[in-house]
Amino acid sequence: MRSHSGLILGLTMLAGVLSAAPARAEEPAVSCEVPDYLLASESALPKVAEAIKTGHSLDILVVGSRSSTINTTNASDASAYPGRLQAILKEKLPSVAVNVSVEIQAKKTAEEVAADMVKVVEGKKPTLVIWQTGTVDAMRSVDPEDFRSAVDEGVVALREAGTDVVLMNPQYSPRTETMISAPPYLDSMRVVAQQHDVPLFDRFAIMRHWNESGDFDLFSTVHGIELAKRVHDCLGRALSQFVINAGHSIPAQQN
Amino acid sequence: MDTPATAPAAPPLPVISAPPSGERELRLDLFRGLALWLIFIDHLPPNILTWLTIRNYGFSDATEIFIFISGYTAAFVYGRAMREAGFVIATARILRRVWQIYVAHVFLFTIFLAEISYVATSFENPLYSEEMGIMDFLKQPDVTIVQALLLRFRPVNMDVLPLYIVLMLFLPLILWLMKWKADVTLALSVLLYAITWEYDLYLSAYPNGFWAFNPFAWQLLFVFGAWCAQGGAKRMSRILSSPVTLWISFAYLFAAFCVTLTWYVPQLSHLMPRRLEQWMYPISKTDLDVLRFAHFLALAAVTVRFLPKDWPGLKSPWLRPLILCGQHSLEIFCLGVFLAFAGHFLLAEVSGGAGMHFVISISGILIMSAAAWLFSWYKYSADKNSSRKRDAGGNADMAGGGS
Repeated sequence: MRSHSGLILGLTMLAGVLSAAPARAEEPAVSCEVPDYLLASESALPKVAEAIKTGHSLDILVVGSRSSTINTTNASDASAYPGRLQAILKEKLPSVAVNVSVEIQAKKTAEEVAADMVKVVEGKKPTLVIWQTGTVDAMRSVDPEDFRSAVDEGVVALREAGTDVVLMNPQYSPRTETMISAPPYLDSMRVVAQQHDVPLFDRFAIMRHWNESGDFDLFSTVHGIELAKRVHDCLGRALSQFVINAGHSIPAQQN
Repeated sequence: MDTPATAPAAPPLPVISAPPSGERELRLDLFRGLALWLIFIDHLPPNILTWLTIRNYGFSDATEIFIFISGYTAAFVYGRAMREAGFVIATARILRRVWQIYVAHVFLFTIFLAEISYVATSFENPLYSEEMGIMDFLKQPDVTIVQALLLRFRPVNMDVLPLYIVLMLFLPLILWLMKWKADVTLALSVLLYAITWEYDLYLSAYPNGFWAFNPFAWQLLFVFGAWCAQGGAKRMSRILSSPVTLWISFAYLFAAFCVTLTWYVPQLSHLMPRRLEQWMYPISKTDLDVLRFAHFLALAAVTVRFLPKDWPGLKSPWLRPLILCGQHSLEIFCLGVFLAFAGHFLLAEVSGGAGMHFVISISGILIMSAAAWLFSWYKYSADKNSSRKRDAGGNADMAGGGS
């Protein structure tokens, strides 16, 4: 299909990738910087701000699908982004009792999760709910309009239950791009976030930025859990900064 | 490459007068070729060339151009067949064309299935264990393949051909109605579009969801194209040449550009009035939002105005690859979808770097152009004897490829 020079170039690159692989494995830390605009939000988190100011406990509940975990058998796995979020927030907010818990709703669409939202929140009374959604809906090609109203409904329910809300959109997944069409769901979430003045953590854009800047090769076929751990660590980092920024309690600082 | 630079500025084109019989309207070929290139680039993961595609500068994208021109050329070719040879013959020819498009779709699906099966078996990144669940359909190949043959299972990027098939199936009816009263046909089409929006008509897909291009809505562009080909464009020429139309179009294109800018430069998004956002979003591609349709009309009006039919550039060798691609649109479209799969595959297997993205996009366009040239060579040199016969009965090639 491709020209000779392309093939040679491809092979050269392949050789480069192969020879670079062992070197990369030794490098522990990646600089996964995120542009400021992806960590800033016009919308505020008043309850979080208050918890930070008064030094009360900051209870965060992550409601999400499988992509909020790494280890499928153990949802409270500390290397997934919710666990990292807790560790980093504790470090950054030493005077606040931070507690992050996770509620995995695997294979459930936004509509199914939204219907249960009140029940999920009731027991835990969190300060902030981070609702990661969109992936299951995109995979099932739910009507984006139905998806939008489901997210809308969930956000209203959370607000009525008296918690702050952060929406988190799907992962950037270049390998499945030919299969899963994310854009309509990303747009829908942006619309709901705007309408309800809810901060939107743009996980998709952040991960795409990392892939483009070369921080992570998300096309990678490497089996194993290392890449996932590093990406989740970086997501936890970015998310903690995002929560703090939206809480407006600490002036925005560089990671 | 020569032409990508012109891509963002270059849009579609209703034609002011139908070409005299036998003579090709090169602008149609040019813009259909362009649409094919842009669709190919849009199907690849985002890269530098993506910034040249028109979807980044306004609401509508290459799909609108493709469907409109397909409606125009199909109505032009088969409309003449209907007048000269009658309803039955024209319908028979249209159905043969539909069959060809269907076979092309099935062929692409086969390639897609091979690619996906490979990815599913070789890729186990725990980061994406959830997303890989999309491959579950491979566990039931019998159901999946039957659903694909029924056009209900269509992977991402394979939505245009099923839409095209459905629209072409209704072409005999559209042409028959147009022969009776073209304006009434267009009015009916607008009515169907309005009903679709009001009552939320859609076609369901497998395993769940709906058609990504809703034929009930997208038929409007196709019928509008057909209407233009049946003399509508000629009657609109006074409106098209009025300076008021031109300025409204410019104003709308500029406004759309500003709105799209806020999508890509999120720092600007606070400049958007909330009320406007609430009224405007989401701009549905599935149901061909009115804003998208209007954007296409504005682009078309501006293009027709500034690109006359006898523009000497149309004969320039630099635009030749585009025109050739437009003349073999079905083949080149399929090739483009295939190349996009191949491109994804190479990016995944070799390297995901920006340089590789660029190389893949450019090679894809070169391959499409070379293939188009080869098809032309077959048609005009290798098959010379048979082509003479074909000229007698409506040039199906104008409807997007050899018959």
